[in-house]
Amino acid sequence: MNDLMSLVDWSRAQFALTAIYHWLFVPLTLGLAVIVGIMETIYYKTRDAKWLGTTKFWMTLFGINFAIGVATGIILEFEFGTNWSNYSWFVGDIFGAPLAVEGIIAFFMESTFIAVMFFGWKKVGPGFHLASTWLTGLGATISAFWILVANSWMQYPVGMKFDPEQMRNVMESFSAVALSPVALNKFFHTVLSGWTLGAVFVIGVSAWFLLKKRNNEMAIRSIKIASWVGLAGIVLTIFTGDGSAKVVSRVQPMKLAAMEGLYHGQCGQSITAFGILNPNKCCTNNENEYLLNISMPKGLSFLATGDPNAFVPGINDLIDGIEITQNGDTVHNVSYADRIALGKQAHEALKAFDTAKKKGDKAAMDIARAAIEKNFQYFGYGYLDSPSEAVPNVPMTFYAFRVMVTLGGYFLLFFVVVLFLVYKKKSILADNKWLQWIAILSIPAVWICSEAGWITAELGRQPWAIEGLMPNKAAISDIPSSSVVLTFFIFAVIFTALLIAELSIMFKQISKRSKENIDNAKI
Amino acid sequence: MEKAIENKDKRMNLFRRIVDLYVDGFRNMTIGKTLWILILIKLFIIFVVLKVLFFPNFLKSNFNNDADRAQHVRNELMHDK
Repeated sequence: MNDLMSLVDWSRAQFALTAIYHWLFVPLTLGLAVIVGIMETIYYKTRDAKWLGTTKFWMTLFGINFAIGVATGIILEFEFGTNWSNYSWFVGDIFGAPLAVEGIIAFFMESTFIAVMFFGWKKVGPGFHLASTWLTGLGATISAFWILVANSWMQYPVGMKFDPEQMRNVMESFSAVALSPVALNKFFHTVLSGWTLGAVFVIGVSAWFLLKKRNNEMAIRSIKIASWVGLAGIVLTIFTGDGSAKVVSRVQPMKLAAMEGLYHGQCGQSITAFGILNPNKCCTNNENEYLLNISMPKGLSFLATGDPNAFVPGINDLIDGIEITQNGDTVHNVSYADRIALGKQAHEALKAFDTAKKKGDKAAMDIARAAIEKNFQYFGYGYLDSPSEAVPNVPMTFYAFRVMVTLGGYFLLFFVVVLFLVYKKKSILADNKWLQWIAILSIPAVWICSEAGWITAELGRQPWAIEGLMPNKAAISDIPSSSVVLTFFIFAVIFTALLIAELSIMFKQISKRSKENIDNAKI
Repeated sequence: MEKAIENKDKRMNLFRRIVDLYVDGFRNMTIGKTLWILILIKLFIIFVVLKVLFFPNFLKSNFNNDADRAQHVRNELMHDK
């Protein structure tokens, strides 16, 4: 068991490392694509060399990020095949289909149009070039959609039927998979947060130009565009985040309870604005949940259901089987202890199916198949030894959520202030070093915010690889943990080298170009 | 006949323009050359070193057909871990 947990933990750590590094590059691509597209559109309309120079400068930084980040996500697919082979087989074509569509679209759209974007200034007309710039960004966004569809299916498995003979889930409805409420919310929330990140990056770099008194006009021009994109991005990110919370409250209520560190819910449940969790608290003791808790009355009920007086279940309530339905009604559902028992019944039925299959007894196979189907929704619970195993890491989920929300609130304020200054008090923005430093230091903060969002989403759904159907310990391949440990450190070295390379090339390019007259650009 | 030749010329011109786009683009790159070297090194490490040496597909490399793979996964998932 210790070996298995070590293998699971190292495989999870490796996947997390790869995903976190990959996510350093992706949101900047998504955000910069929009900002560069707007800048080039203005150039297309005005044919002003200043806008051409501005577009080309940010396009270069987009290209550096794109080049360093490209294909880092492929490694995640390698990990599925090697470390998570039970999972990869079990999900069948459901997980593979969106990834295949992503691969085709990403390859054709991004690789075609990014070539025109960078090589085509003198080769194609301005309209075709502008279209290519937008299509590169659209390709990246569509690519993100399919990846997020695959991820969302793990969080909310729908549109499939389990076939015990193939031992995999077979897709029944592609639209149910692609258009699930989790997928749609996650897509908009994630992509729009990328706009926010790209905007903070542009404002931060522009602030460095202002600090150095170089290309001030280009910097102010860039800040104006980025502030609008950033404000739109953060407002819509908050809006879709609210939508995500409502969906999570219904399809992953345990995640929501962990995000709040809530063990016993109530009607008109408050939300913790600032809190310190009691590290000794768990679902099997009666200790206080918080050491410090500053809360907003009825906030969580409103966030989760739209009704400030609604009941929101906590971790222990969920373990006891108390949930809220699609309509927001409180129901006594199946307790986790019963789910474990029903899951084990499904496992026994699978064993019966296997025996019948080996004997070639079709009638017994059909009976076993029906028995599996009856309890399949609890199939994953059968691998748990106790209900407490279904509880995610509460402190990490709780704090990651607060980091994301707090920084999200900060960025809303940040864009409002920057917009006001850039239009009404330009001289303050151009001369005040404190403000410029705040903008520069906001760059790492926006990445922390973005990564904290992913940590909340992915840690909050533990222990599940597929919600309710397959815990991580069942998803793992039967391989030695030492091989995973080795590749973990290989990845850590490679990704760190890539990050250093990106930062080094980007810093050099920003520094070099800042000394040139960016406004004096030619095709 | 003349129209067919004209269309063929147009296709050739389009093909040539696309090739020129890439050839001239690579030739005139400045910062891009460093990036392409980095991309090629990275792709070599990912697809040749990591994929071949460290990330074989577990089920494909250990089992010959889908039925055997399904049976292996069934055996794995039938036993509580």
